[in-house]
Amino acid sequence: MAPRKTSASSTRKPATRKQASGSKAGPKSGSKSGLEGGITEFSKEQELDAYREMLLIRRFEEKAGQLYGMGFIGGFCHLYIGQEAVVVGMQMALKEGDEVITGYRDHGHMLATGMEARGVMAELTGRRNGYSRGKGGSMHMFSKEKHFYGGHGIVGAQVSLGTGLAFANRYRGNDNVCLTYFGDGAANQGQVYESFNMAALWKLPVVYIIENNRYAMGTSTARASAQSNFSLRGNSFGIPGYQVDGMDVRAVHAAGQEAVAHCRSGEGPIILEMMTYRYRGHSMSDPAKYRSKDEVQKMRSEHDPIEQVKARILDQKFASEDELKQTDKKVREIVADSADFAQSDREPDASELYTDILL
Amino acid sequence: MPIDILMPALSPTMEEGTLSKWLKEEGDSVAAGDVIAEIETDKATMEVEAVEEGRIAKHVVAAGTENVKVNAVIAILAEEGEDLEKAAQKGGSGDSAPQPEEAKSQAPASDKGEEDTGKDEKAKTPAAPVIAETAEDPDIPDGTEMVPTTVREALRDAMAEEMRANDDVFVMGEEVAEYQGAYKVTQGLLDEFGARRVVDTPITEHGFAGVGVGAAMAGLRPIVEFMTFNFAMQAIDQIINSAAKTLYMSGGQMGAPIVFRGPNGAAARVAAQHSQCYAAWYGQIPGLKVVMPYTAADAKGLLKAAIRDPNPVIFLENEILYGQTFDVPKLDDFVLPIGKARIHKSGSDATLVSFGIGMTYATKAAEALAGEGIDVELIDLRTIRPMDLPTVIESVRKTGRLVTVEEGYPQSSVGTEIATRVMQQAFDYLDAPVITIAGKDVPMPYAANLEKLALPSVDEVVEAVKTVCYKV
Repeated sequence: MAPRKTSASSTRKPATRKQASGSKAGPKSGSKSGLEGGITEFSKEQELDAYREMLLIRRFEEKAGQLYGMGFIGGFCHLYIGQEAVVVGMQMALKEGDEVITGYRDHGHMLATGMEARGVMAELTGRRNGYSRGKGGSMHMFSKEKHFYGGHGIVGAQVSLGTGLAFANRYRGNDNVCLTYFGDGAANQGQVYESFNMAALWKLPVVYIIENNRYAMGTSTARASAQSNFSLRGNSFGIPGYQVDGMDVRAVHAAGQEAVAHCRSGEGPIILEMMTYRYRGHSMSDPAKYRSKDEVQKMRSEHDPIEQVKARILDQKFASEDELKQTDKKVREIVADSADFAQSDREPDASELYTDILL
Repeated sequence: MPIDILMPALSPTMEEGTLSKWLKEEGDSVAAGDVIAEIETDKATMEVEAVEEGRIAKHVVAAGTENVKVNAVIAILAEEGEDLEKAAQKGGSGDSAPQPEEAKSQAPASDKGEEDTGKDEKAKTPAAPVIAETAEDPDIPDGTEMVPTTVREALRDAMAEEMRANDDVFVMGEEVAEYQGAYKVTQGLLDEFGARRVVDTPITEHGFAGVGVGAAMAGLRPIVEFMTFNFAMQAIDQIINSAAKTLYMSGGQMGAPIVFRGPNGAAARVAAQHSQCYAAWYGQIPGLKVVMPYTAADAKGLLKAAIRDPNPVIFLENEILYGQTFDVPKLDDFVLPIGKARIHKSGSDATLVSFGIGMTYATKAAEALAGEGIDVELIDLRTIRPMDLPTVIESVRKTGRLVTVEEGYPQSSVGTEIATRVMQQAFDYLDAPVITIAGKDVPMPYAANLEKLALPSVDEVVEAVKTVCYKV
């Protein structure tokens, strides 16, 4: 695909980057804060890091799709391709100790938190050196070390859990923040609003990140949501909400930094609606007939998060084509190594059937 | 090296499919992500995307071919700079991509030739580990003062003692703080521990159960009070899918040290939606411990154990028992083992097993039967999961007869579970079929007379014991 220079335009023009009306004022900064769509240019290092991290997720997911096709990965497998800028940009706004929790489309989140590609891929293939020793699979993976709390297969359940992680932060009096990711589909679950209420009531340090990729499985937001501007969903609780161009890693990062600072300063929860898009079907068995090919193609060619960074890197001469190819090569090596490992690692010992049920 | 493109499995159940259309012709360049073909699976028509870059050297399978097996080579991709014709010949050997053995139908095994692959281990299911003998109740030193205490006070004392000992322990729930508890179980805790550790929640069971589990995953030790377990049905997804399963799903990395407690089962005249026993429901779930005490001493000792337990514990109380008084030993730290039944009264003629409020029928029946010369051994199970079957079986070996008593519904009850396992493990010792006394198979009615009929009665229990003793 030819890299095309893209503007920093949002994925949906009319509603983006406006502070949700009726919500409390967010962090006070200039008139174009990150929450309002202001973009701080990345340094060379940031651009190159973002490029590499997003590419790793993209290539990893492509490989996962391939291994699924070959029968190495079973069950359900939900790929993150297209949404890479969201987790990479948000992760760049965190500090050590901050927690991350998400739903079942979780491979990108895990790689972004620094979990090893080998361990994630080996879990996908159900092997003993997977992060959950082969007992969790694609949708249920965790890393205490990286403060990644899953990996949850029940739509919306992670929102209450993430609120609980934030509760623990407040209880302990530390300044950690919990990033709680969920989709536009989960945003219609009741416990999301139960959690919003408690988080606002108790001023819990939680950033609710709604990854609006426009489709809850096959149902578009327009067909499922009476209010499809999800940044407004916290209005009843006084939770400020903002729409962010989730295809531009700089916009995500700028909004993420301010949102995290808001939580850290004790102001309570905040909502970021990431306007994003998934290129693949909901899961591996979804042909995605509910949207046009043109729609997908347009997103890929005009808003691709990786191509945007690549174009900027070349434009600003942060790296040459050849240097980027070297990065590509290294990323491919990591992914190929993880795939080899995940195919050759042994299945869990049969005795594992009865371990980890109770402590 | 040319790369084989394989027929992909595109659903959890697909074994073969139709290659309906090629979208990239031989000689065409492809980039990762390009759609190269369309495939009909058992579910839908799917697009196949290229994973590698290169040029299509050869279509091995023609468009329109049906029943193409998953993992068959369908095309050969030449890498950048490779000669197409040579690639077309070299490819297709199938060795450039590792082949999972019996893909899809069985999990793939190692292809590295290791001797001891997981696949072989799969051949037979390993035996479930035998639960090690649980510790006995601690000895109560001679001369220990026994203090008459209500179950309500015993529960409160247990929480207060554990909260004093560990700052990570906190209580949350509806009306637990300023109102002092809907049933006054948390009375006084707010005054002693403050609002940080005694947390009033909104009426939002699903939400606060999830918040509690999240806090537990972070390492805190929440005690989540449900005003009644009937309301916990709103929260049962978080209890089972999040609290009970996380340790297993995380390969042992993180669990949820949390206690869910509150009144369970029927109170009095509160009708169908407020009168249900969940012992059997939660008793089915691996990853949970389920405790259901009867006496105040057990309530105290077991709640302290539950709060210290690193696993999620369901602690089923009963509103009618809250006000009942029992002796509780006055000890600095009275903790009882979870998973250990207590022989409430030893006897030789028949074994009677019950738990929680069911013990009120069982104790009265045992007294009545003693008057008729039938010496019952009465076992208070105390813990539903893990269940102390050894104690029950040892008793049945002695008496040869078994009756169980509970208030919950009769189908798939705790009693039927006990009966099944006794039948399996002590069949030769049984002198009569086991009788399981339970609530009737109806939603709890409101009318006083009907409610009485729906619950077990002492007479039923007496009748059942006489029946298994053939003394009717």
